[in-house]
Amino acid sequence: MDPVIQLDNLEVRFGERAILKKLNASLTGQSIGLLGPNGAGKSTLLNTLLGFHRPYSGTARVFGQDIRTHARQVRSLIGYMPENDAFIAGMSGVRFVRLMAELAGLPREHALERAHEAFFYVGLGEVRYRALGTYSLGMKQSAKLAQAIAHGPKLLFLDEPTNGLDPPQRARMIQLIREIRDRGDLRLILSSHLLRDVEECCDEVLILKDGAIAAFCNLEEERRSNRRFLEIETRGENGGCFLEAVEKLGCETAPGAQGRVKLVLPDGLEVRRLYEVAAAQNVQIRRLNHKRDSLEDIFLKAMETANGRV
Amino acid sequence: MAVYKKTYRPYEGELTPSWSRLFTIPRYAFEDLRRSRFISLFYVATFIYPLICALLIYVAHNDSALRLLNVQNASRVISINVTFFQNLLGWQSVMALFLAAFVGPGQVSPDLANNALSLYLARPFSRVEYVLGKMSVLAILASLMTWVPGLLLFALQGYMEGWQWMVDNARLAWAFFFSAWIWIVLVSLLALALSAWVKWKPAAGALMFVVFFVTAAFGATINAVERTNWGHLLSLGYLVGSTWEQLFEGSQRTTTGAVFFRVPIGEELPLWACWTALALVCLACLYMLARRVRGAEVVR
Repeated sequence: MDPVIQLDNLEVRFGERAILKKLNASLTGQSIGLLGPNGAGKSTLLNTLLGFHRPYSGTARVFGQDIRTHARQVRSLIGYMPENDAFIAGMSGVRFVRLMAELAGLPREHALERAHEAFFYVGLGEVRYRALGTYSLGMKQSAKLAQAIAHGPKLLFLDEPTNGLDPPQRARMIQLIREIRDRGDLRLILSSHLLRDVEECCDEVLILKDGAIAAFCNLEEERRSNRRFLEIETRGENGGCFLEAVEKLGCETAPGAQGRVKLVLPDGLEVRRLYEVAAAQNVQIRRLNHKRDSLEDIFLKAMETANGRV
Repeated sequence: MAVYKKTYRPYEGELTPSWSRLFTIPRYAFEDLRRSRFISLFYVATFIYPLICALLIYVAHNDSALRLLNVQNASRVISINVTFFQNLLGWQSVMALFLAAFVGPGQVSPDLANNALSLYLARPFSRVEYVLGKMSVLAILASLMTWVPGLLLFALQGYMEGWQWMVDNARLAWAFFFSAWIWIVLVSLLALALSAWVKWKPAAGALMFVVFFVTAAFGATINAVERTNWGHLLSLGYLVGSTWEQLFEGSQRTTTGAVFFRVPIGEELPLWACWTALALVCLACLYMLARRVRGAEVVR
């Protein structure tokens, strides 16, 4: 896939303070997560790509367009959902989104049509004529998403999209983001300090720490490799024979206490075969877990060692 | 229009030319202003003086109307000359100041109050276009009440008086046009700069008058105490009036300038000083705007 974003020694300074420190990366994923603790430089990176901050040195390219020389063209490709509140309090939701779509270049009638569509899409159809100042926090988040997608961008920047949302609202927001991602019409960059948000929505992740790249990995590949790691819990008297039989299938095994076994499956071996072997040995498999905490592991490792590539 | 269709779809239609997008801002602003009964009524009221002027021009050239009004020697009572146009400009410019005080504070501050600026500027839309778009709201409204009626009245007078009068007094037309624009640019920039820094609208509006009247009073005090004329540099009315005088009459002064923008004879400052002071005020306003109109706050 063509790179969405290329960072070439990108350095951003506020006064004497370096906020982004010579970043180098090529991000190609359909949906890319920017992960890092608060103050790591995630929002600054997005703002720099949008042209709000001028790079001190180096540059970045969005779909091959240099942000230094083609800032306007870059912004025409992007839909931006900022982290903080961003609205005009006295304006109705649909009028606000229409204004933003017109500023992005849509003719009046198209902007109006797409503002209505975007509002229905994010689930605010019934309140679209209400002033934005009267919206709840969750509604404001959805309205921000509506204005970010109304003009049909090619790249969507989502900065902490689940900030301040309660669990049902968060689930709804994540579902929307995944729907947009799965359609494949646009690429998205999701900046968050919440591992779960990134894990649920992204296939590639860039982890920042103190303005530097702490880790960069392809989550999809990680997930694929993690599918080979299993932890099972067995019951039965033939535990030893079961392990031998499993090893004959090509698995690496590490027995633990109370019938727990860690397994690494060889390529091509289906999990169903384990159940067949267990049945033949009169052993019950009570529990079977894929390794799930991959991103957390990667994140924690990245926080310990800077400038790592996982 | 399938508004009920709850799905995301990319936009593949045509786009508007980028130069035309800044006019989106005044269009939305005018829709908002039209909803305000007070501003609508005020705006209509600002056309009363030009209408009276039109009536005066008509009456001055209509013998039967004069006879009806039983006016003798009307040409001496109603003279359509440089003073007539200067006073029209002065009066309408003060109306434009009021309008800017009412409308200006609502331009930038609502966008700053809830960080909407980042959304404007995340689009192919620059800070310069944003400021020009916001300025155009005031510039269009102020133009319609200053140089547009001024030039229409000039044309009416020319039509009544004859082509030769227009040729002889062509300076009045372009002086009126450029003088009005000096005021429009100054007032618009001032209103936007104050709107960007003062979030409370009534305070921002009141500051417009403070800048215009209180600084003039302060300047007059300096003049009285220090026995100088340089205190006038603090008076926007004086500075603008001086440039108008130059545009309308050149170095051959016959009047003391427009109403509200008087330049007393004997208290003139060098013209370069007036232009420099006005330019500095405009630059200060632009600097204030540049500091506030940003996509993201920078905490150093």
